[in-house]
Amino acid sequence: MTAFAERPARSTASLRHRLAERGIDSSLWLMVPALVFALALFVYPFSYGIGLTFQPSLATQEQWGGGVLANYVAFFRDPFVFDSIWITMRLALPAALFNVVASIPVAMVLRRKFRFKRLMTSVLVLPITLGTVLTAQGLLIFAGRQGWLNRFLLATGLVDQPVQLVNNYTGVMFSLIITGFPFAFLLVSSYLSGIDPSLDSAARTLGAGWWQRFRRITLPLLAPGLATTFILTFVLAFSVFPSARLVGDAMGSTRVMSLMAFRAFGEQNDYAMASTIALMMGVVELLVVAVVLAWRSLLYKGSTGGKG
Amino acid sequence: MAITAGTFSSLELRDVGRSFGGHQALAGLDLTVRAGEFIALLGPSGCGKSTALNCLAGLLPLTHGQILLDGRRVDTVPSEKRGFGMVFQSYALFPHLTVEKNVAFGLQMRGLPRAEVARRVAEAIGLVKLQEHAKKLPGQLSGGQQQRVAIARAVVLEPSLVLMDEPLSNLDAKLRLDMRTEIRRLHQELGLTTIYVTHDQEEALSLADRLVVLREGRVQQIGTPDDLYDHPRNWHVADFMGYRNILAGDVVRGGAGGGEGAGAATVRVGALTLHGRTVGEAGAAGEVRVAVRPDDLTVLAPGQEPRDGNAVEGVVAVVEYHGREFAVVVQTADGTTLHVRTPVAPAVGETVRLTAAAERVLVFPADLTSAPAAAERAEAVTAA
Repeated sequence: MTAFAERPARSTASLRHRLAERGIDSSLWLMVPALVFALALFVYPFSYGIGLTFQPSLATQEQWGGGVLANYVAFFRDPFVFDSIWITMRLALPAALFNVVASIPVAMVLRRKFRFKRLMTSVLVLPITLGTVLTAQGLLIFAGRQGWLNRFLLATGLVDQPVQLVNNYTGVMFSLIITGFPFAFLLVSSYLSGIDPSLDSAARTLGAGWWQRFRRITLPLLAPGLATTFILTFVLAFSVFPSARLVGDAMGSTRVMSLMAFRAFGEQNDYAMASTIALMMGVVELLVVAVVLAWRSLLYKGSTGGKG
Repeated sequence: MAITAGTFSSLELRDVGRSFGGHQALAGLDLTVRAGEFIALLGPSGCGKSTALNCLAGLLPLTHGQILLDGRRVDTVPSEKRGFGMVFQSYALFPHLTVEKNVAFGLQMRGLPRAEVARRVAEAIGLVKLQEHAKKLPGQLSGGQQQRVAIARAVVLEPSLVLMDEPLSNLDAKLRLDMRTEIRRLHQELGLTTIYVTHDQEEALSLADRLVVLREGRVQQIGTPDDLYDHPRNWHVADFMGYRNILAGDVVRGGAGGGEGAGAATVRVGALTLHGRTVGEAGAAGEVRVAVRPDDLTVLAPGQEPRDGNAVEGVVAVVEYHGREFAVVVQTADGTTLHVRTPVAPAVGETVRLTAAAERVLVFPADLTSAPAAAERAEAVTAA
């Protein structure tokens, strides 16, 4: 009995208020649709896929051994599959880096007021609406061996032979930049607008030139946003599939992971191996994301004084 | 060596103007600032005072005129090379840098040796009494402390000129008074030359050696605080100098005599007739504005004679307690609202009679755009 007496007095507030204090109230019902979708379309299929990776086909087991882990053994031992990690990285990392870095000056210029600002922004963002397939189609028509660009270059005598711009690494890189840049640009712009412009003015009155202002003030405040932007464009580029197939060299220099997964699934009917490749794709992406987030955690992430 | 102000003898603004598109935000600003002076630019929002400050800082290019420092043009020098210190309304502290690093920023930009940077930063932080907060980020400080950092960051560079853009407007009333004293102390201690933008006449009157009153981008009057307080040039300046009762009327008799400006005039305001003193070119007839301070109006005791024949009857609408006195709002029969300060509180709803000495009733021409601006410019030049 005495033990009870020492407890703090029970709150006299109603149960409803006490629950609300811990974040439990009727607004939680708003989560239901999202939860249903997440369970039905992500959690279940994902778990099912993980399960599949441990049910290797007989052929895989015979070729690579390893029992239930045969798919993983195959993934790491088969250079044809394993090398696709580097092939994908070689595309996704430079593409994401370029998109983020190139967005910074463009976003900074478009932050100022000038004529045709709206038009410029629209032109830069428009490719978002195209989608990867249409972009690939356009690239083939524009930059293919018989495309306008090559015909123009040949006609003006700048080149003797058509330049190979598609059906190789360059073609996929172009497509990744065309589709990824608008995303990066929009994100960087919004991060930039969150920085109070009077900080730049203050730095000017303190004697800082434009590079010092960028290096010491804008960049440090923008860096966490750049990290986030990099992660998003990287993930977007890493899962490249249509352009790798349409404007790339699907069995050679652009033999990306998603193509390997599709090949296992569509051509070899090996669902288990396809799931394994897809899962490893996720693991590689998460590794890169983890590295970037770890770096981001070292940065200043507080208020940047702006409206954002 | 202690922090001191950069030395110069005079800063001259010649016909400075700035337009945005077709809109003139600032026009024909002539002003000569002597070293060590504290100048306040005073006016309502949108009067061009912040534009003037940004032009001085080099953050806005001039569309007209010149700025000269000891005869050398500085309006063509980029902001980062001007060496003027600026304190922003939003403080504009670098949020990712500690107090120390914020203050050190300008010194580092000048490439000073590390030891000297450290010494001067410590000194500036001591000056604004923030020693124990030196390692904190601006986000961890209160508004008043942030303001001190902003001031330290500006004065550590020993600028020839310190520009302050409504630095106290984001602080609460008590802190504002403290910081006001602080700013004046620093100004005197360091021998700074300060140009201070505000919309608060009390702030301007208490801080500044000279005031520049602006309206719609044009100078209305330049003068010392007591000059402006006692002799406002037009009714807009009067309005800013605490003449809360500004009434539209017509001159019935009298008016400016001989252009000297201090003639007696009788003015009809609605149903009232008031006797006052004309300022400027209030004509023998025509539209005028009558300005009276709340403290110059007195509530008449029953049987007391009104002064100079100025008697106004009205009903007490609001009584506010202000410590030693009461602020009373009186409504006359024709709907005119008058503000009065009185040591004795009348009851709300009571009918009272008010009076004012003719000497204290100022009669201005209603038109603000006429002569004063040009006259002002001439005076500003000679004042230098």
